[in-house]
Amino acid sequence: MAFNPSPAQFKGIKAALFVAALIPFLRMVYLSVVGALPDPLAFITHSSGDWTLYFLVITLCVTPLRRLFKWNWLVRLRRMFGLYAFFYAFLHFTAFLWFDHWFDVAAMWKDVLKRPFITVGFIAFVLLIPLAVTSNNAMIRKLGGKRWQWLHRLIYVIAPLGVLHYWWMKAAKNNIGQPILFAVIVAVLLGARVVWSVTKKKAQPVQA
Amino acid sequence: MLIKRSSPHAVPLASEITPQAIYEQRRQFIAKMTLGAVAGGALWEMANREAFAQAPAGAKIAATRNPAYSLAETLTPVKDATTYNNFYEFGTDKGDPAENAHTLKPRPWTVQIEGEVKKPMTLDLDSLMKIAPLEERIYRLRCVEGWSMVIPWVGFSLSNLIKKVEPTGNAKYVEFTTLADKNQMPGIRSRVLEWPYVEGLRMDEAMHPLALLTFGMYGQVLPNQNGAPVRMVLPWKYGFKSGKSIVKIRFLKDQPRTAWNVSAPSEYGFYSNVNPNVDHPRWSQATERRIGEDGFFQKKRKTLMFNGYPEVASLYAGMDLKKFY
Repeated sequence: MAFNPSPAQFKGIKAALFVAALIPFLRMVYLSVVGALPDPLAFITHSSGDWTLYFLVITLCVTPLRRLFKWNWLVRLRRMFGLYAFFYAFLHFTAFLWFDHWFDVAAMWKDVLKRPFITVGFIAFVLLIPLAVTSNNAMIRKLGGKRWQWLHRLIYVIAPLGVLHYWWMKAAKNNIGQPILFAVIVAVLLGARVVWSVTKKKAQPVQA
Repeated sequence: MLIKRSSPHAVPLASEITPQAIYEQRRQFIAKMTLGAVAGGALWEMANREAFAQAPAGAKIAATRNPAYSLAETLTPVKDATTYNNFYEFGTDKGDPAENAHTLKPRPWTVQIEGEVKKPMTLDLDSLMKIAPLEERIYRLRCVEGWSMVIPWVGFSLSNLIKKVEPTGNAKYVEFTTLADKNQMPGIRSRVLEWPYVEGLRMDEAMHPLALLTFGMYGQVLPNQNGAPVRMVLPWKYGFKSGKSIVKIRFLKDQPRTAWNVSAPSEYGFYSNVNPNVDHPRWSQATERRIGEDGFFQKKRKTLMFNGYPEVASLYAGMDLKKFY
């Protein structure tokens, strides 16, 4: 008895989620423009980082939810969630390059190489780029489904790197409640996949 | 900005002090207005800013401006200086202190002075404020996180108090302890730092005329979120060195264990002088952003050695500041 939206319902759900996912961005713009924030640059940096993690987690939730509740239609939203993760990651990186380094690429590189938490965040962002670039049907056809799927499994690396970036950024402040929460959620979401893949293999009949 | 200059020795008359209930009502009112503004749109927000500019919340505090400590820099808007704070006893977000500090009771208040002194004493706020004439001084404030403000403080050099209590020859350090009362400070429940918050100085640093025992800002008594009723202001050091809401000042033979140094010794040293050449492990200290002034379209400004107070350099002559960060 899984919920299965009609095409019109699905369109509505997708449109509503598209708009909802933009709200954090619109809020950053609005609060900056009206001057409600003493340090809008810091706010944008932190908020865009938070929302990158949220969307990475949401994207990783699609498959488990689909399996648990038989919501196969969810998979058709996954691309949008993934692209929003990239959108906020791009905003986060832009804030870093703009606000912290005033577009001085050499200074940015120095920072990336010198500080492990930035190195890790930067790698995660770079790994997201091929995923964003190949997130259309033409690229799936061009790469072939199997290869495309393998490429997009990079998210299993990107999400933990993102959490590590956040953890190291917070670690010295003894204030790691949120990083721990993210780590647990990502571990559960990835762990479920491991469990499923192991049980699937066991369930398969031995081939002669 | 309104600063009474009638008499340099004047403290606020009892009749001038806003009753606490009204003070708190105003705070709640402002808090509600702020909440409404976020929800209510741009016009609301602008109206709110106007209201802030016209209706200061605190009681006035009389002081004489000390021209030796003025700056040709723009003062940070009082709204920013009182709503963007690090005061973890009230929460770790910058907006938390302004939101939560209304539970702090800055009067009655006493400060215990003890340790290696000939005359240990416990002073109430009024006696403490009468030790020396109150001055207004405009100082730069540089946060270790890479932002800065320019604030007119009201207070007097800590040296006035130190001389009064007559330290013994054993007194090599001064330790400042912040109130840690979980009934008044909701942040105490979190274990983000060891409570009470402790900060400290070497004796010669504490005796430096720049070290300001502070009771007010912007011509008013300190708002709770800024460390009411009495705090330190040490403009050549990162902001966290300036203890807030001080209840105890102790003179010691040995270097005190200071809160951030205990929490993360590799990141926050005992000295923590503003130094553009010594990076924080997680970010550069070469530049800073002036709150309320620098925005999207300026490069960050250069941080000055000792935050632009070269007169303290002699305190650290011969010391390797990369080692004693």
